[in-house]
Amino acid sequence: MKKKVLSLMVAGGFILGLGSGVSAETLELLTWTGYAPKSLVEKFEKETGITVNTTFSNNEEMIAKLRATRGAGFDLAQPSQDRISSVQEKFNIYQPIDYTKIDAKLIVPSMLEAVKKNTMVDGKSYGVPHVYGTSGLIVNKKTAAGADDYTALLDPQYEGRVSYRLKRPTLIAMAFAEGKDPFALYGDAEKYEALMESIGQKLIDAKGLVKTYWANGDALLQSMRSGEVNVAMAWDNGGWKLNAENPDIDFVAPKSGALGWIDTFTIPAKAKNVEGAYKWINFMMRPENAAVFTNAEKYGTASAGAIEFYDDAVKANFQRSFSQADVDNIKWYPPVPAKLEAIEGKILDKVKASQ
Amino acid sequence: MSTLGKATSKLPLFIFLTPILLWLFLLIVLPHIDLLRMSFRIENDYGDMVWSVSNYLEFFREPIYWLTFTRTALYAIIVTFLTLCISLPVAFYITKVAPPKFRGFLSLLLLMPFWVSELVRIYGWMILLRESGVINHFLVEWGILQQPVEMLYNDVAMTMGLVYTSMLFMVVPLLSVMDSLDDSLIEAAFDLGSNMFTIVWKIIIPHAMPGIASGSIVVFMLSLGNYLTPNLMGGKNALWFTEQIYNQFIASFNWNQGSAFGFLLLVLSSLIIFIGLRLTNQKLSKVVQ
Amino acid sequence: MEVDLSVKSVSKRFKSFVAVDDVSFEVEKGKFFSILGPSGCGKTTLLRMIAGFEEPSKGAIYIRAQNMANISPNRRPVNLIFQHLALFPMMNVADNIGFGLARRNESKTEIRKKVSDILERVNLPGFEAKKIHHLSGGQKQRVAIARSLVLDPTVLLLDEPLGALDLKLREQMKIELKKLQMEVGTTFVYITHDQSEALVMSDHVAVMNEGRFEQIDSPQNLYTKPASPFVARFVGDNNRLPGKIVGCNDGTAELQTASGEKLLIRTDRQLTPGVQAELYIRPESVILEPAQELPELNRLNVLVSSILFDGANTQLLVESPASDDELLISLPQNRQYEHISVKDRIEIGWDARAGNCFPLP
Ligand SMILES: Nc1ncnc2c1ncn2[C@@H]1O[C@H](COP(=O)(O)OP(=O)(O)O)[C@@H](O)[C@H]1O
Ligand SMILES: [Mg+2]
Repeated sequence: MKKKVLSLMVAGGFILGLGSGVSAETLELLTWTGYAPKSLVEKFEKETGITVNTTFSNNEEMIAKLRATRGAGFDLAQPSQDRISSVQEKFNIYQPIDYTKIDAKLIVPSMLEAVKKNTMVDGKSYGVPHVYGTSGLIVNKKTAAGADDYTALLDPQYEGRVSYRLKRPTLIAMAFAEGKDPFALYGDAEKYEALMESIGQKLIDAKGLVKTYWANGDALLQSMRSGEVNVAMAWDNGGWKLNAENPDIDFVAPKSGALGWIDTFTIPAKAKNVEGAYKWINFMMRPENAAVFTNAEKYGTASAGAIEFYDDAVKANFQRSFSQADVDNIKWYPPVPAKLEAIEGKILDKVKASQ
Repeated sequence: MSTLGKATSKLPLFIFLTPILLWLFLLIVLPHIDLLRMSFRIENDYGDMVWSVSNYLEFFREPIYWLTFTRTALYAIIVTFLTLCISLPVAFYITKVAPPKFRGFLSLLLLMPFWVSELVRIYGWMILLRESGVINHFLVEWGILQQPVEMLYNDVAMTMGLVYTSMLFMVVPLLSVMDSLDDSLIEAAFDLGSNMFTIVWKIIIPHAMPGIASGSIVVFMLSLGNYLTPNLMGGKNALWFTEQIYNQFIASFNWNQGSAFGFLLLVLSSLIIFIGLRLTNQKLSKVVQ
Repeated sequence: MEVDLSVKSVSKRFKSFVAVDDVSFEVEKGKFFSILGPSGCGKTTLLRMIAGFEEPSKGAIYIRAQNMANISPNRRPVNLIFQHLALFPMMNVADNIGFGLARRNESKTEIRKKVSDILERVNLPGFEAKKIHHLSGGQKQRVAIARSLVLDPTVLLLDEPLGALDLKLREQMKIELKKLQMEVGTTFVYITHDQSEALVMSDHVAVMNEGRFEQIDSPQNLYTKPASPFVARFVGDNNRLPGKIVGCNDGTAELQTASGEKLLIRTDRQLTPGVQAELYIRPESVILEPAQELPELNRLNVLVSSILFDGANTQLLVESPASDDELLISLPQNRQYEHISVKDRIEIGWDARAGNCFPLP
């Protein structure tokens, strides 16, 4: 009898243990590589007692993952602001942000407003700005001194030393370099398709110049470091990282405009730990924390006042690569309407398949 | 007695199999049913989902899709063939030539690359083959090359990477069929006037056929379904059909199209295997046992 | 007479182990030559050297006076029938038999004709399309023989081909094989550990022991005039009586057993008094309850310990102080000895010429 009671208690304890295991606070983070530095995660865990689990991904995979679970499995995701509204309209995978829970003092007001506007669906907004950056050129000044615009990627003089991603930003950048404004055509799928077809053809014609289409940022940096690639389209922070190792290599804001993106915080529709998610957002936007991230990853954040905590080298990066004119010329991505991705996908497939 | 006896004797088997079948059904069949349903749905001009076969027609209508599939299948066949050509002598050496005490060691050696993940293995190759890589370094050092050359990002590198990744899956079934080959058959053929070539062609290959077929099926399917190797080693030209399926799901958000491509891959690759078995006079039941 | 196979002082060593030790023999054309020896004595090794699968460590092998050194198995005019036959399971009967012919690039029609002829020869007419695994043991046997014979080899080597068959079939195949050999006239070299196979089929038999040949002789001589104790023991049943030579003069000798009996021996062999020796008596040479008047008869009083009834081969086991082992005696089934039963004491005897006596080294 005694034994039975004991075993019941053990079993009960086990079940309770399991239950409490689930309810012990965790935060499931779906984000980009580098966006949750280890030191900050540990600091956050110490402050709040919440355990943080991170899954690294990119825009497309984040959306696909959340779509597959209809917004479950994660408490916080970090898609780019232009990829939120159409996805939300169609698949309903996020929940509206309660901006009263965000410490507004911590965020650059203009960015917060822009993101609110761009992520609005049916009067509700779904994003909080976190990281911003630009896509432009990483150039080895020694071997490709003249590369100052995206057209360098099509220039025969750099044959075999060119690399870019086969993704939508490349198509858009090339369109700007052609003097077109693809963002203006977002509303007109047919015209947009025609423009992109012509850009795709240009990429096919110049395919022989390409070393390889990069897919992994670290692999690209390795190629630039070893001199296998001299001109690449990539994110600014990569160029700045390389510049710290080799002053010949640097990020260049292209003449036709760097492409500006903002990655956000969004809360998936079926997030379990919504409170924890807000805590993480406010934590990450605190100037001293945001600066830890920036100093490591070289990306800017929407944190107001973080600049005071920046390393000098980080401050210098931006000034070196961007004149005031360059800053004014940054093309910020507007929200992507549905269906454009399918058009671009097919064109990109064609480029890859062509021999 | 007979029918009753049989029925009762099979009962425990059914009891044993039921959870397994249920599990297979839930984990394998059910998700596929959903994908199958999805592959027949499209969004019409008003944004509603309707039934249609146009996802499938799209494959045949748009040359890049079926060309990519053809290319992928062709390369998978080439990879399978090359893997076989390399694995046959390897398996023969391990089972028939090498001293028995080294056999375990040699098999282990074959297994070694699989202790690390596919990604690491591919990066290993990339470090060797790239323009600034190890091989180029030594070739230039020794004066064999004036300038380093890019050995990566072409079909040869990709094929080699796939063959390397597939080797084990061919060698293992070959080891077991070769092991079951009685040495005296080879000696008898030799005694009756064969040279090495006819022994391979008339005795070893026919005997090893079930192993060759099962190894080939595995290698063919693995190559066809591979994503990383063609992408990373093949470089800019190597559009693989799996990448297209991935793109449909992930980049274009078109799950319906992606599902249709997935099923086409399943059906077409099964068809190729079926034809292959027919051509070599093999029975699937024999091959998979 | 033409010599087809000549083996000259051939030895084979594996590392330090000597499997075949200085073996020499010749086989005349058209003869059935057997090598008889216990399992592990080196028979297969010797045969494989003749076929070309092993290189002799020493010595030379000639086929029709041609030295076979450095000639690979596929170019030797000999064929080997393997212990387990080694038929090709992936081919049917016709393809198995035609395999060697096809390697010689003979025409399809030629091959088909030869295959059907040889199948006729081995009593399997019309078996061309049969699958190997559908054949019975005896049929496989014949196909294996046909596969080699169709190539018309100078010498056909057979490695215990009947070993896998059951007793009845083995008896039948023995006779069939001998007939076949006589019909085709091919030289056979046949190895076996079964003395009955060797005796029934062969023109000459070599008895092999631990890598050496003990005796090469006709089956009759092997049986009646064994050249060594080993042959005496190995070929046919024999009773061994150990002792010491105590007397010796002009074709006779006297052996004294440990228990004191003196046994008279008539022999041509030189036996010197004082040496240890062994006397071998065949079971059928022993006379039961011999008449008193018979001369030169060795007599022993023995105790019947058992009767091994086996029809025509029925035997008695008896105990005698003269031997540590029980003695084996043929018991003719002619009702004359029906009264003998277990535990009886009886007298046995044998003629002084009947035994074989070997001095021990
Ligand atoms: N390849 C070999 N390596 C080492 N020893 C061998 C080899 N082949 C045979 N032997 C040894 O030689 C001896 C004779 O073998 P074998 O010729 O097969 O005998 P048999 O055929 O008379 O039974 C055996 O003791 C066997 O273990
Ligand atoms: Mg043997």
